[in-house]
Amino acid sequence: MTKILLEAVRKSFRTLEVLKGIDLSVDGGEVVCVIGPSGSGKSTLLRCVNALESVTQGRVIVMSDPNCDLNTARRNIGMVFQSFNLFSHMTVRRNITLAPMDLKKTTKPDADALAVELLTRVGLEDKIDVYPRQLSGGQKQRVAIARALAMRPDVMLFDEPTSALDPEMVGEVLAVMQQLAFDGMTMLIVTHEMGFAREVGDRVIFMADGMIVEQGTPSEVFGNPREPRTKDFLRRVSQAG
Amino acid sequence: MDFAMTIRGSWSLLLTGLVTTVIVSLIAIAVGTVIGFVSSLMGLSRIWVLKALSEIYVWVIRGTPMIVQAFIVYFGMPQLIQTFVPGFTISAFTASAITLSTNAGAYLSEIFRSGINAVDPGQVEASRSLGMSQVRTMRRIILPQAVRITIPSLVNQFIITVKDSSILSVIGLAELVNRAKVYVGGTYQFFATYVLVAVLYLAVISALMVASRYIEKRLNRDKDPA
Repeated sequence: MTKILLEAVRKSFRTLEVLKGIDLSVDGGEVVCVIGPSGSGKSTLLRCVNALESVTQGRVIVMSDPNCDLNTARRNIGMVFQSFNLFSHMTVRRNITLAPMDLKKTTKPDADALAVELLTRVGLEDKIDVYPRQLSGGQKQRVAIARALAMRPDVMLFDEPTSALDPEMVGEVLAVMQQLAFDGMTMLIVTHEMGFAREVGDRVIFMADGMIVEQGTPSEVFGNPREPRTKDFLRRVSQAG
Repeated sequence: MDFAMTIRGSWSLLLTGLVTTVIVSLIAIAVGTVIGFVSSLMGLSRIWVLKALSEIYVWVIRGTPMIVQAFIVYFGMPQLIQTFVPGFTISAFTASAITLSTNAGAYLSEIFRSGINAVDPGQVEASRSLGMSQVRTMRRIILPQAVRITIPSLVNQFIITVKDSSILSVIGLAELVNRAKVYVGGTYQFFATYVLVAVLYLAVISALMVASRYIEKRLNRDKDPA
């Protein structure tokens, strides 16, 4: 079943066209990794899926119900940001319980149990009562994942989740994401972690200049790229690594 | 220059003045905060009429001296209203409360607006991405953070409001400076009386500062190390 469907999506910021006609569908349980040079429109594409950016042209359909309102739709789409964006005035517990208690009328005991369950899943149950500023970057991002999961979303969006992390903390976040993929979550991931995309992705999409240049299984895209721009990008990335 | 004598002679008069100063300041702080908050939201609104109203209000109040505003409210407005409602009058206290509240509101509006703007947009995006509405995001995420950011500026404005209430002595509000003038007029104890007045202001404002420091500390618990 198709969870995310983008049809001929175009997005412009004033005169700058960032997305130049994107067609994309993501099936339930699929893990799709979007790679490409910076400025290629990867993050904008992701942000169009949950309408943090409005599209200039084309359609974005998430889940089967095109009639439900935006806030209801967003409850089913978890998002993880590059800069974590944990609510800095709230404890880890409150970060996780806020949305379920406010939006789903979950009771306090149920929400607390949920917070413990999700934090255990990301390995941070001992941090439940601390504030975000007392956490490391990797810990913050794992809490952010737990927070996004608290609404029991059908789809998870990841916008460069490890790009703001110190190298030694990248692994712990990727491990949580890998487990999530293993559990069958539908995931759309913008990433610079080629190793992760190769290992965990069901499908890899290479974007450049606002278009999808090439897509396929990781072994196709990484092992045998067809497009010159893909080859060029992968060569430069491997040299940097 | 006999302080003991001045204190003995003036304390009951100055005390009534002090009470008036505190009451009119508290009213202005409370009403001004409400006005300022509403005006800041209007200023951030996408509806241009609301935005324009807020901007004009802030522009006019900040662009004119409060003494002129007080004269307009106390002497000018009644004259205007009398053409529709014969015999209309306004008490010095009411005029003072209106002037000081409106004045504080304009400055507080700017403080709130900048505080709301200072909240990281990422916080808003995170909230909206969870499915929280704009209003809920404002209440749960933006305002609690904006209030923390603005507390030092808010306290600063509250202090200014307390001190600015002395300007209202010119329209006959029986506040601290006004009462001191009355006492000095009969006794010529300029130095002792006005030093006493200064000490009283300092005491009121110190209390305000202690209270705000306490509130700031409580709100910023999350900033303390574990």
